[in-house]
Amino acid sequence: MATSMLPKHLSDNGALVERHWQELNSRRRLYSWLGFAVLMLALSGSLWFANDSNAGKFFDRLPHFFDFVGDLAPRDGLEIFRAMFDLPSPYDDGSFKYNYPEGRLYLTESFYIPEYVHKMLETVNIAIFSTVIGTFFGFIFCFLAARNLMPNPWIRGFVRRLMEILRAFPEVVIAGFFLAILSLGPIPAIAAVSIHTIGALGKLFFEVVENADMKPDEGLRAAGGNWIERVWFGMVPQVLPNFASYFLLRLEINVRASTIIGAVGGGGIGELLRLSIGQGHQAKTLAIVILLFATIFAVDQFSAWLRRRLVGDQAFQLAQ
Amino acid sequence: MTSANRLSPLEMDAIASRHPHLLQGSSNKRLRTILISAGLVVYLIFSWWFFSIGHVLGNANWGIAGTYLADWVSYEVRPELKIARDKTMTIDFQRNSPLGPNPNPSWVELDKETVTRTVEIPASATPSAKPKASSSFSFMAPGSALGSTDAASMQSRSETRTAEVITRAVITLNRSTKIEVADGLVTATHRGETLTMAVDGQDTVTPQGTLPAWATQKRPGEKITLAFGATGWAEVEGDDVSVRNRFFGWANFLFDTNSPFFGKSSAEVLSLITSGERIDPARSNLGLAWNNVLYNAEWQHLDVWTKLLQTVVMAFVGTLFASLVAFPLCFLAARNITPNFLTNQIVKRFFDFLRSVDMFIWALFFTRAFGPGPLAGMSAIFFTDTGTLGKLYSEALENIDDKQREGVKSVGATPLAVQRFGVLPQVLPVFASQALYFWESNTRSATIIGAVGAGGIGLKLWEAMRTNSDWENVAYMVLLILLVVFIFDSISNALRSRLIGQKAH
Repeated sequence: MATSMLPKHLSDNGALVERHWQELNSRRRLYSWLGFAVLMLALSGSLWFANDSNAGKFFDRLPHFFDFVGDLAPRDGLEIFRAMFDLPSPYDDGSFKYNYPEGRLYLTESFYIPEYVHKMLETVNIAIFSTVIGTFFGFIFCFLAARNLMPNPWIRGFVRRLMEILRAFPEVVIAGFFLAILSLGPIPAIAAVSIHTIGALGKLFFEVVENADMKPDEGLRAAGGNWIERVWFGMVPQVLPNFASYFLLRLEINVRASTIIGAVGGGGIGELLRLSIGQGHQAKTLAIVILLFATIFAVDQFSAWLRRRLVGDQAFQLAQ
Repeated sequence: MTSANRLSPLEMDAIASRHPHLLQGSSNKRLRTILISAGLVVYLIFSWWFFSIGHVLGNANWGIAGTYLADWVSYEVRPELKIARDKTMTIDFQRNSPLGPNPNPSWVELDKETVTRTVEIPASATPSAKPKASSSFSFMAPGSALGSTDAASMQSRSETRTAEVITRAVITLNRSTKIEVADGLVTATHRGETLTMAVDGQDTVTPQGTLPAWATQKRPGEKITLAFGATGWAEVEGDDVSVRNRFFGWANFLFDTNSPFFGKSSAEVLSLITSGERIDPARSNLGLAWNNVLYNAEWQHLDVWTKLLQTVVMAFVGTLFASLVAFPLCFLAARNITPNFLTNQIVKRFFDFLRSVDMFIWALFFTRAFGPGPLAGMSAIFFTDTGTLGKLYSEALENIDDKQREGVKSVGATPLAVQRFGVLPQVLPVFASQALYFWESNTRSATIIGAVGAGGIGLKLWEAMRTNSDWENVAYMVLLILLVVFIFDSISNALRSRLIGQKAH
């Protein structure tokens, strides 16, 4: 069939090439369609399965899709403001819905931190603290995992596998385990987030180290520097900006992660949000959502700005 | 290098004094390092106080941590000997013992004797309180520690009955550890040391001789705890010796204790399946065995697999839809494709909005909208990742090479054709690679949003942990999750390196 479409003026060899090309082309098209069909099959199967095993069915629940907007509408707009800053509400009836001032954390006689701001700070601090811990261990591990600094394949392989396990281990399990041992509070969240961070940052770090310029290292080796000196004077100065950039990137992710871990018992704002949504406290929910949104947005923007200053546009290139 | 080439210390000093700025970092830089380190130390101290880490870690029950960790890969069998006043005993195993309803393990040797005597039975409680035939308290004299817990014992009646009691019990935990109970004496042997304890059948236990290192008693007369390390432990009280014997492995992983295949060796099960008579006339033995495995009450294989599939599906559909929606939008957000500042900004801020209202918040909202289940998680991933992928896609578009577009434009192509032939070939592999990366990482995050009710294995995992007794199930699920993540990681890496070369990993 393809032959009939060949232009007349081609030589025999040209026609051969042309036919071959058309065959390749039609085969490629076939593969594309096959891939597409498989994808669609998987998609429709998945959708059916998800809908089937969901508590509410998609089409039954679709009219209620925007119910949560109704869940969010407070009695008046100022309520959000009052909930966020723990000011007394005119609707206060003694219930948990309007008891905003009770969450105040007094620092002095008259100066207080609103509950949600306090919890938000706690969540952000969990994120920062765990990122610092994760960076510390990731920093140590990355030099042991990098091919150019650790010639011993056993140590390298071991550290890499260790980091893979730390990275893939579900955070919720780590948090749950520490919740069982320690009491409720931020430390299970810190443990979970830090352990994951060690694995994630360690991987990013050792890739940076492997791409580093080895000339300073050669110089140090020639001058008789030991391994620690080679790492500290040859490697660290050139990789530090990239490390700092990845630290900030991870910080963004960890602010989100510590919020979620908080919701499953790790303290902080996540837990309050889950409770507040579950109990239908509109103003409180909206106050927390706005606070959370603003914080995440601010952290993202700040970190993007700082990363651009540290490593330039390279920070935003796609290889991740 | 000869010593003649080497600089003498004097020469080195001379060079150093001529170029001080080369050898000494600027004071500014040094000050910054010191400031950063000092700040870090202050921050760590502050956080130590802020989270009261020392206090929490100090109060933690680390002993229990070891037990929980051991539970991941092992299980306990807990025989419990109840000692009556006349020093006879009854044995009881924990409810839902992994050994089945009437366990008779070879490591517990019992000498039994039949005695006839008058016992008092509480009027109402006895038959329903404990369903087991070996229920202990009908043998108790009135007023004994266990009998007295029952308030109904006041209106009890007397009855003469014949019962089988245990006069001597030997529990062998392993080669070097053994507990023998007979005639009101408990003899524990561990690693060559022997401890004999006298129990009175009521509430006092008295050790004879000094306690070895593995035995502890807080106050005289109170219970003695014997710790045998990984083999288990035992508690000796005046009327009760409870032993925890720990075995390595996952108990009843295939068949639970209610299954007809329970307790059979694999060869027996195999021969039953291939050539045995039908246990259940309605279906073949293979069908029955498979059904028993799927609905194993302790491991809930079918449920775990379904939930895991939900998690995978959530990540897959969520990411796919997100990339499909982000794909057209990113062209509007890229300033070199759509040179309209207002449109760019609106779409970009929309992406930021979707991203910053976190996946977790979306998950909570959609759980309200759709009810708990994978639809909620799927929608949450879809919303968040539309934002993330849209941002990444538009950044990729803004970094493309303009020459190809100009080339296509210069031959008079329509705007759509310019995008199709001038832009798409450059960015499509990157787009696909990004989508694959997020598919893989969403498989991980879908686990955790599941824990707040958005479907998938997260909630199951969380519930298994909440009871603090199903750590082996947690280990099983974690293993499955790690396996799935590993498989997807490999698939996604293989596809991505084919798409954009070795650089992506």
